[in-house]
Amino acid sequence: MAKPASSRTRKPATAPATLPGADHNRERPGEPESYKASKEELLEFYRQMLLIRRFEERAGQLYGLGFIGGFCHLYIGQEAVAVGIQSALTPGKDSVITGYRDHGHMLAYGIDPKLIMAELTGREAGISRGKGGSMHMFSVEHKFYGGHGIVGAQVSLGTGLAFGHKYKEDGGVCIAYFGDGAANQGQVYESFNMAELWKLPIIYVIENNGYAMGTSVQRSSSEGELYRRGESFRIPGIQVDGMDVLAVRGATETALEYVRAGKGPILLEMKTYRYRGHSMSDPAKYRSRDEVQHVRDTSDPIDGLKKVLMEAGVKEEDLKSLDAQIRKTVSEAADFAESSPEPDASELYTDVLVEQY
Amino acid sequence: MGLEIKMPALSPTMEEGTLAKWLVKEGDTVKSGDIMAEIETDKATMEFEAVDEGTIEKILIAEGTDNVKVGTVIAMLSGEGEETPAAAPPAEAPKAEAPAVAQKADESEAPAPKKAESGTSNLAGAKSAPAADPAIPEGTQMVRTTVREALRDAMAEEMRKDDRVFLMGEEVAEYQGAYKVTQGLLEEFGARRVIDTPITEHGFAGIGAGAAMGGLKPIVEFMTFNFAMQAIDQIINSAAKTNYMSGGQMRCPIVFRGPNGAASRVGAQHSQNYAPWYAHVPGLVVIAPYDASDAKGLLKAAIRSEDPVVFLENELVYGRSFDVPQLDDHVLPIGKARIVRPGKDVTLVSYSIGVGVALEAAEALAGEGIDAEVIDLRTLRPLDTATVLESLKKTNRLVVVEEGWPVCSISSEIIAVCMEQGFDDLDAPVLRVTNEDVPLPYAANLEKAALVDAARVIAAAKKVTYRS
Ligand SMILES: Cc1ncc(C[n+]2csc(CCOP(=O)(O)OP(=O)(O)O)c2C)c(N)n1
Ligand SMILES: [Mg+2]
Repeated sequence: MAKPASSRTRKPATAPATLPGADHNRERPGEPESYKASKEELLEFYRQMLLIRRFEERAGQLYGLGFIGGFCHLYIGQEAVAVGIQSALTPGKDSVITGYRDHGHMLAYGIDPKLIMAELTGREAGISRGKGGSMHMFSVEHKFYGGHGIVGAQVSLGTGLAFGHKYKEDGGVCIAYFGDGAANQGQVYESFNMAELWKLPIIYVIENNGYAMGTSVQRSSSEGELYRRGESFRIPGIQVDGMDVLAVRGATETALEYVRAGKGPILLEMKTYRYRGHSMSDPAKYRSRDEVQHVRDTSDPIDGLKKVLMEAGVKEEDLKSLDAQIRKTVSEAADFAESSPEPDASELYTDVLVEQY
Repeated sequence: MGLEIKMPALSPTMEEGTLAKWLVKEGDTVKSGDIMAEIETDKATMEFEAVDEGTIEKILIAEGTDNVKVGTVIAMLSGEGEETPAAAPPAEAPKAEAPAVAQKADESEAPAPKKAESGTSNLAGAKSAPAADPAIPEGTQMVRTTVREALRDAMAEEMRKDDRVFLMGEEVAEYQGAYKVTQGLLEEFGARRVIDTPITEHGFAGIGAGAAMGGLKPIVEFMTFNFAMQAIDQIINSAAKTNYMSGGQMRCPIVFRGPNGAASRVGAQHSQNYAPWYAHVPGLVVIAPYDASDAKGLLKAAIRSEDPVVFLENELVYGRSFDVPQLDDHVLPIGKARIVRPGKDVTLVSYSIGVGVALEAAEALAGEGIDAEVIDLRTLRPLDTATVLESLKKTNRLVVVEEGWPVCSISSEIIAVCMEQGFDDLDAPVLRVTNEDVPLPYAANLEKAALVDAARVIAAAKKVTYRS
């Protein structure tokens, strides 16, 4: 374990129920446990997180060289969230939707880094054929539904995907990721209400990285403990150490069990941190260098898991060669993304509508 | 084996910057994530992080150097990843050897562009300045001011004058504005009057409209107008209709402002021109200025107005400088277009960033013996049809230039006005040059193809003057 199942992992599971006036009869999920991973699983988590980190570093570099334009939001620091959650899903059955900070979620779904990087550079071979860009990537094949630029919109859309799972009785659960800033949008609460009312199979995942652009959670949220945001809709919430992939995976197992049993939606608040600026053009004056460095030094998800791996007997050289492999994959993706052609000019007019009238 | 570290582009529009400070020195070892330097762009000072591990071998650009072009090699790193040669940074480096500006020696072998240039560069071309505004007294001292500063000055001046005026929006206070338009306002006016909101457009647009109904004069900033779609119900159903529904008892004097229209490479959800949406609505005033003088004079007028005003800015012109009159109180009339270039052969009508494109086209047309008159509508509701029709009477030919979709647009409206009221003056059908009728694509080549440019305006002008 990167960290023992500390109080931070699981501060509040029972706290809300013991608040004065709380409904003690309300069903709550059980206490999540840190996931007991095999050595192979640990290595796979490590590989995926490192792939995201190296991919994002490279994307940042390509942006700096002018290959990527517009907005580009990196996932560095938050790797454990997407990897921990998506490793617990059933491919082909469960669906995922998120906002514009979406590269990591796609990589964690095993989507080819080449297709993602080529989308970032706006090339024909990109997963959206170069027409979407960093913020707008989709893979219906993987039930990955994007890639949305309007803060909060994915929460309602995800609730709709969950509606679909229930309607079709396909057994699927939707994971709808959104940020701490997005958690203040009105449509989130309209969706919460309906999701609970209709017992929709959805896990709302708040990726609380502490900031929405330059606004800290304390400055934007009257209730800063975001796992409580579902309480008045009777949606239980769990706060999770989002820097610990095993804690994330464990909490996801608990949540999936609850939702798959037909008990309706659940909320996971992932306490995490983004190391880089909001997007590439953020001077990040709202926090100190020391604050960022402190998180890197004390709770980096990759370093944390590395310790666990070493304890499990994995050798430093093995991790080094894994890193080399990943760097190679990322380099190949970057080369591909730089050298493959732009979309054909005629693509400008395709895909506006499906049918011809 | 050294790895070149290059001057990064830290914003979508950055082409050069100042290397303000080195935080490492020669001989230091760095690893991914370490901050190596501080770099100043036109908007902010940014930190530049290392991506690869290694030792700083040489610093090539001294701190304090201005105008360092993106892509310039600023330092050399010796790789420490040697134990994994296949993946060591130098092996990855060759691709990056070209500076970001399209400089390609190997054109024949490498069909793909190295750097994807934004299609918006065509919008940003205009070097021709608008003609002096006749509304400004002759001899007035002029000061070069960016549109960004002009907007800020307008708000600051009105806030000094009237305590009822306050500003609210996402990142307007402590962050100094997502696009730095509200820089310094928190410091001068304090947190009572310069208010950061959570990301809740529908809510704070409603709070603003309610505060206006209750007697205050809010300025509500949308980070961009794309996000005002969350709030459009309050703008239209609440702000625009109250005065009418209450038989004139209950006013809603509010300004909704922020950047509108296409920005650079930000894709379909972040690149729309809402001018036609709002101009459609009776009960609203809609303003979309181009230059800094109009931005200032009209924003001051908007803040003073007793009506709800939608004030559409453009991110791509925030950084452009224009002459702004040094007057104690530079206020311009709402509802008046401005002839920014007089001419006699053809009228080019536009607004916002399209004015720059029209001016650029007019200059090129002049070289071919076509003397174009350029009209900046400035206010889109109410529309100054008199100025347009008068110009049409003179030139008998008209082209509308609009950075936006063609269907049900401001262009459509101008064309209808010319048909209804200027039919006898027309020597050719009125044409419109607009963006293509598609959501804005991300790919650079498609983006370029989707947006208006001077070449298309020139072609249309030649067509209506039968010179093509
Ligand atoms: C409706 C809407 N308002 C504003 C924005 C601009 N914007 C983009 S991301 C962002 C911050 C979101 O922060 P958070 O939800 O915490 O997610 P994070 O970026 O931290 O992942 C803002 C204000 C937007 N895209 N959509
Ligand atoms: Mg956040």
